[in-house]
Amino acid sequence: MTQLILEQALNGLQFGLMLFLLAAGLTLVFGIMDMINLAHGSLYMVGAYLAAEVTQASGSFITGVGVAMLGTAVLAVVLEVVLLRRLYARNHLAQVLATFALILIANECVRIVWGAQTLMLNAPDALSGPVRIGGFLYPSYRLLIIGVGALIAGLLYVLVARTRIGMWVRAGASNREMTEALGINVRLLFTAVFAFGAALCALAGAMLGPLLAVQVGMGESILILAFVVIVIGGIGSIRGALVGSLLVGLVDTLGRAMLPAMLRALFSPEVASSLGPALASVLIYVLMAAILFWRPEGLFPARA
Amino acid sequence: MRLAKLVLALAAASCLGSSVNAADKVKVGFLSTLSGPGAGLGVDIRDGFNLAIKHQGGKLGGLPAEVIIADDQQKPEVAQQITEKFLKKDKVDFMTGIVFSNIMLAAGQPIFDSKTFFISANAGPSQYAGDQCNPYFFNVAWQNDNLHEAVGKYVNDKGFKNVVLVAPNYPGGKDAMVGFKRFYKGKVGEEVYTKLGQLDYAAELTQIRSLKPDAVFFFLPGGMGINFVKQFVAAGLSADTQLFAPGFSADEDVIKAVGAPMLGMFNSSHWAHDMQNAENKRFVADFQKEFGRLPSLYASQGYDAALLIDAAVRDVKGKLDDKEAVRKALEAKRFKSVRGDFKFNTNHYPVQDYYLRVIGRDDQGRITNKTIGTVFSNHADAYVAQCKMK
Amino acid sequence: MGLYATTTRRRIAAVFVLLGLIALPWGMRLIGQEFYVSFASRVLIMALAATSLNLVIGFGGMVSFGHAAFFGAGAYCVAVLAESGVTSAWLAWPAATGVAAVLAVLVGAISLRTRGVYFIMITLAFAQMVFYLVVSLKTWGGDDGLPLLQRSAFGSLDLKDDSTFYFVVLAILAFVLFMLDRIAHSRFGRVIQSIRENEVRMEALGYPVFSFKLVCFSLGGALAGLAGALMANQAGLASPNLLHWMQSGILMVMIVIGGVGSVFGGVVGAVLLLVCEEAFVEITPHWQIGLGLLLLAVVLWAPLGIAGLFGWGRNRE
Repeated sequence: MTQLILEQALNGLQFGLMLFLLAAGLTLVFGIMDMINLAHGSLYMVGAYLAAEVTQASGSFITGVGVAMLGTAVLAVVLEVVLLRRLYARNHLAQVLATFALILIANECVRIVWGAQTLMLNAPDALSGPVRIGGFLYPSYRLLIIGVGALIAGLLYVLVARTRIGMWVRAGASNREMTEALGINVRLLFTAVFAFGAALCALAGAMLGPLLAVQVGMGESILILAFVVIVIGGIGSIRGALVGSLLVGLVDTLGRAMLPAMLRALFSPEVASSLGPALASVLIYVLMAAILFWRPEGLFPARA
Repeated sequence: MRLAKLVLALAAASCLGSSVNAADKVKVGFLSTLSGPGAGLGVDIRDGFNLAIKHQGGKLGGLPAEVIIADDQQKPEVAQQITEKFLKKDKVDFMTGIVFSNIMLAAGQPIFDSKTFFISANAGPSQYAGDQCNPYFFNVAWQNDNLHEAVGKYVNDKGFKNVVLVAPNYPGGKDAMVGFKRFYKGKVGEEVYTKLGQLDYAAELTQIRSLKPDAVFFFLPGGMGINFVKQFVAAGLSADTQLFAPGFSADEDVIKAVGAPMLGMFNSSHWAHDMQNAENKRFVADFQKEFGRLPSLYASQGYDAALLIDAAVRDVKGKLDDKEAVRKALEAKRFKSVRGDFKFNTNHYPVQDYYLRVIGRDDQGRITNKTIGTVFSNHADAYVAQCKMK
Repeated sequence: MGLYATTTRRRIAAVFVLLGLIALPWGMRLIGQEFYVSFASRVLIMALAATSLNLVIGFGGMVSFGHAAFFGAGAYCVAVLAESGVTSAWLAWPAATGVAAVLAVLVGAISLRTRGVYFIMITLAFAQMVFYLVVSLKTWGGDDGLPLLQRSAFGSLDLKDDSTFYFVVLAILAFVLFMLDRIAHSRFGRVIQSIRENEVRMEALGYPVFSFKLVCFSLGGALAGLAGALMANQAGLASPNLLHWMQSGILMVMIVIGGVGSVFGGVVGAVLLLVCEEAFVEITPHWQIGLGLLLLAVVLWAPLGIAGLFGWGRNRE
């Protein structure tokens, strides 16, 4: 039983850290420019497709990931300069609609370039098997994901908390006008942050590609989860995004694994088998609504 | 608003050109899953269907064939909308192509109400085999349970004692579990239902590991199965747990995507690309020439669906308005299937042989299926007795 | 402050459009394309749904991203009632409207405590809860939705007939639009629009802002439930995709294209979007690029939508 919980917790950790890669960029964009970007999920999709394409062409997974991150970042800069800049001063409805339009356009473009069928990728051969940790076997590729996710989280923490750029970012998130008045080019800073967020998205897409599948619409479902994460964590806070990601990853995975069994102890098997999955799947949304109810600004509000 | 109505009127007028219900051609509405994780199945059915029409010189039963292709996106209400369009606007003579049973059950009623024949090249829900059987529904593939029954019997005969079952939570998945258990008498460790279209099986695999079964039977068509097998192997479960699947989850589409981890997997099918009849040799050779890959069983079913329509249209000499005659012609099944012979039962589902296949390397070194024996001969489905066909 | 111009010209135009819509089934029968009658019903139902969202976003200024929850709730209510033998439209449709209204009161009462982007996100969260709850309930069909084997019984009218059903939908939509126009000019309408423009001021003037917003939000939810009930009848299925957040997005797209805060904005947007889809899908399967570009253009250059371009909308922001 302990081993079962431990393994499920690792699954939750892996899921949560991938969510963090998406949520990190989203929360900074949101926090600094007060901009809702629904197209964040599309950047994740584009990253996954680029990684798939380049990995197949070059035969090297690392090259694929690198090119995907770079390519997606470039695309993000173009998007930001050409379109998103015009939206910062607009209301949230306009932002939601414009970036919703971007989702439609991105999905169709991907369909034209790569077709409507799902691409199935394989993990690099060296990582296709299990490794033994403690008393049990665990897929090595999932461990790699956990490692990369933890590494990025650590780097981001140092970047945001310990460097000058990080200081500007934090200042921008807590008070944009004041930061501008102090002579920081927030506009340029934002372009950089947006591109950086896009690269993290692409990294998540590239890493998850071999585990899941690369397909049109893959960004939408995970986008909503990323929003849940940043709203729970507090918009604009990297620490909040990390805590929120791990919370969502663990609650979702453990809920799915444990809830049906727990309900079986309380109710008849029929009730438990129909109620279990239903409750497990709404758990994170209940968590989010509850947190917003008691802490309307999230767990770690960036604005004091 | 007025502009919009003008557009509507124009759009309507543009469709006037097409003739209504003429017997100078055969119109087929081909509705299938052509996007998302289930797309591989729909694409194979489509390619098989089109290859058959090509073999007939672009005709069905001697009449020029017009095939309208649409994607149901694996969503019931999209399928309903397209079905309505096929029936009321395009006024098709036949419909075919649906892959998934839930889509079939959502779209079926309006098709039958409009007295249009549906030739199923895959979906074979138990409902339409039993008490909801319908004169306008024909299935050239199998009833959902059948392939699973064959695996169940084999697993039972081989003496496996503790099996975990995995299937998606939809009508086809439930039929699969029922079918397997009909012939497997040992202990079922757990029945795991997953979300249809699910791609990450981490939680399920962890659960399976804790149950320590000696075999796992899974029915996960398309991309779902591809990911399940990959993740099963990656989690190290293949070392002491034998995998079994119906042909759907071990066919050429899955093998191509997964590769070597599939070696040695047993599966059941009513067709195999190495069958030695003349029709099949031509089908397999031309399919490879045309599309550059080995056909899957879905492709063979699409091919047979077209041949069934072809034979029926020829039989009634193009008089498609005589529904009773068309039905008799379809029931008679005057064509040679690529799987050898089969005949329709009273519920319009096939009575046929089921084979066991194993995945290995062929003489060219390709990883592919090899037929190794017959599990059932002239096997019918379990629901035919409940069918009171009018 | 938004005022709603009701010019004679606009009324005359409305009457002509209505007459045209009434004549539509005969016209389609004349050219043998009855398919478009059923299509037109779907368009009008989506118009009703979009109009209900416009009440919340356009009039109330509450950017709800969870409107699909109420739309779907209405649809599921009708389907669940039909399964347990209640097929009368006189019972099922008001019930669907009521269930959606109650759900909207619950969601609204919690969500309206939050502001701005948090409001968008919490409404989305509630809609996702409803979506996942319904999808995982096997008794309601899960992913496959709940089929409605026959359309509701509506007195002596036979709703199975596509034209009859179309007229019923048209009558409901016309009535709702008429009432909405009245509400917009009522005291309630003026207060809620003033709240949209400046909530703090209205609060300071002593208006119960929260209650006004909640009533507006719930009214929108109730109308969405009615639209959902009609949709389930039209499609013969209560589908979980009606509850999906993309559905909320599409409804938003409709009102933004048509005109946020204009009485006819939802209708114009729904008609334009669905007719374009129907027309362009024949030309290219990639028509959504065009839709995306159109939407971007509207957001960037015509924030008042098509209605705004023609001067049908509110005078100014």
